[in-house]
Amino acid sequence: MSPPGVLVPGPFGIDPLVWVVLRLLIAVLLVVGLIFNGALLQILMERKLQAWAQDRVGPYHVGPWGLLQTFADALKLIGKEDVRSRFTDAAFFLTAPAITFTPMVAAWVVIPFAPGVQGIDINIGLLYLSSLGAMGVLGIVIAGWASNNKYSLIGGLRSAGQLISYEVPQILSLVTVVLLAGSLQLTKIATAQPGLQLNLFILPAAFLTYFIAALAETNRTPFDLPEAESELVAGYLTEYSGMRWGTFLALTEYGNVTIVSSIMTTLWLGGWNGPLVDQAPILGVLWFTLKVYVIIVAFMWIRLTLPRFRIDQLMNFCWKVLIPLTLTNLFVTATLKVALPAPWDLIAIGILNWGLVAAFIVLIPRLQRRRLERLRERLRTERERTLAPTA
Amino acid sequence: MTEVQPYVEIQTPQGVEDELVTEELILNLGPQHPSTHGVLRLVLRLHGERIVECLPVMGYLHRGLEKIYENRTYEGGIRYADQADYVAVMLNEWAYALATEACAEIEVPRRAEFLRTIVGELSRASAHLVWLGTYLLDLGATTPILWCFRDREQILDMFEEICGSRFNHNYYRPGGLLYDFPPGLLSKLERFIDRWEKNIDEYRELIEGNEIFLERTVGIGVFDSKTAIAYGIGGPMLRATGVPHDLRVDRPYSIYPELKSMKPVTAQDGDAFSRYQVRLGEMKLVVALVRECLDKLPGGPVRARVGHVFKAKPNEVYFPIEGAKGEIGYYMISKGGPNPFRAKMRGASFCNLQLLPTLLRGRLVADAIAILGSIDIVLGEVDR
Repeated sequence: MSPPGVLVPGPFGIDPLVWVVLRLLIAVLLVVGLIFNGALLQILMERKLQAWAQDRVGPYHVGPWGLLQTFADALKLIGKEDVRSRFTDAAFFLTAPAITFTPMVAAWVVIPFAPGVQGIDINIGLLYLSSLGAMGVLGIVIAGWASNNKYSLIGGLRSAGQLISYEVPQILSLVTVVLLAGSLQLTKIATAQPGLQLNLFILPAAFLTYFIAALAETNRTPFDLPEAESELVAGYLTEYSGMRWGTFLALTEYGNVTIVSSIMTTLWLGGWNGPLVDQAPILGVLWFTLKVYVIIVAFMWIRLTLPRFRIDQLMNFCWKVLIPLTLTNLFVTATLKVALPAPWDLIAIGILNWGLVAAFIVLIPRLQRRRLERLRERLRTERERTLAPTA
Repeated sequence: MTEVQPYVEIQTPQGVEDELVTEELILNLGPQHPSTHGVLRLVLRLHGERIVECLPVMGYLHRGLEKIYENRTYEGGIRYADQADYVAVMLNEWAYALATEACAEIEVPRRAEFLRTIVGELSRASAHLVWLGTYLLDLGATTPILWCFRDREQILDMFEEICGSRFNHNYYRPGGLLYDFPPGLLSKLERFIDRWEKNIDEYRELIEGNEIFLERTVGIGVFDSKTAIAYGIGGPMLRATGVPHDLRVDRPYSIYPELKSMKPVTAQDGDAFSRYQVRLGEMKLVVALVRECLDKLPGGPVRARVGHVFKAKPNEVYFPIEGAKGEIGYYMISKGGPNPFRAKMRGASFCNLQLLPTLLRGRLVADAIAILGSIDIVLGEVDR
């Protein structure tokens, strides 16, 4: 890996100046190919998984076992007429999909698939990823505003509120890991977890909060309010059709899911680490992809099980549960890291983190049931009061 | 366009501070909208995401059923009764047939009464399955609707075997039924009932154990029994407020007085969750009732000796039955001819829909869908 901005001669004696352009072209084509195919594969996976959970077959007409269904869908989307209603704000309406799509593509530059298989290994990788993740919301708000549709507007603004709120616990969880690894560089964080000393075992609470915040960041169920079909028709996507819709929904959504899964893989699951990687580094790509897809399947599993939050409940959950939890976790981790010597700090942090996870899993449903019980109690007393004969 | 009332004071629900005053937005929810369950249009005046006022606009599905009855023979009207509440078809036919029989004073054979109860209860089950699935879909869960429709498919398959049609059955006749059950259907029905009883528990595990579902339904869309009675609401909506009123018990018809498992299902709180509990309980009740009917099923003819065209003496009756959504009934006037002089239908959905503006005031848009879903309307029955 060479530092950026330095001209290096390419393979087969290619002129350095030509190689710079060629390398960029190859990288962009690779990433775009990866995103397109990833999205196609994930949509098929999601549809198949959903079908199995729902006791049906899923797509099976196009290609063997329905494997080409999503390709056919993509072709259909590309072939569709580009429809725009007259009163939309042309410039913004047309560029909004690109505005959300571009940061997602740019984020792929720093994803470490295996040692050496990475666009560029910058030392602020994590910062870069989280700032690009925050940029996607801009396109969604613009789309909501430019569509000149009330459903789109509500969807876009909901999205702004949701994404900005969930950015906070997301970044706080990342910072917890950064504290342990001591670096923002993704390769360093990955190599700081040798063998089974995964951050998942040491910092499960941070993983949990990041996972939940990532669901919200990628607009997945149960946080898919911006495009809540049953209320807002399709939210900010209402006025879009054809490939603009495809870019928004299919490519950006699934691309973002892949990126947050890659971040989780790198930060908590040891990145490319796995058996035989030391002998053949290219195997790292396999382990990395496998881990990413395990997380993506978890995302899909959640989608087919859970209903959707309401907007105020969503905000309450973020500000009253997630942010205090992540702040506590961050504070505890930082204190222990400073207070205890080398091997003991990890053990203490691990124990406390597991405690936090247990508290989260046990206490939240219990508190909620108690609150709802009280609510029903109040309803009952109110009803008795209104039904009591008035003197 | 319908005018929206100029000003209604905003009622903020407890626990939500909403100080910011912004410009009002008029949102036209429907008639083409994925969650209005047909062609209902709701004009919502929004204050942020909060609803200040709701104005239901209906009539998009009006087909003039009541006028059509006047031009058809008594038997010919059954086919049009199908189209009122098109998810609980058999119950509509039943109401029409009972009103006709009361009007023309026709005796129904005993076996026909049992078969009527079986298909009527299955029809109620299929209506509740549609409700459960679509309601959960409204709340954003995708899986329950397919589970519910999987089981409903089997009910419809059996209906197809019974009467040759999956949706508009046209099975009841004044004085009995069109056909007896085909051979082999009873054992198939027993197997279905056994299987389905387990599936009901599966729905319950999937849905009730979920915190988000509880959060979305408990304490949402609350009304008390007094309001419900004042608005003329019956059925699951009324029973969810704690009133054990069920026409199958309180104004018994057919063979319901003989069935021991017939007990009204009630819940206490009058919120969306209580309505869910009542409807799920009624699914269990359907299982019990169908089982009991199958045990006691007598032999004999399924149709009284009545011609296809008959005249009723001058008469005037109202016959209500317990529909899937509340009281459905026909007010039938006969002037001695072969067709009713007037057949007025009382649709449960129409009465249920009246309550919507009151329930929506001050709630969020997302709640609008949750509440609209929970009161369970079918636009075919509202507009008729």
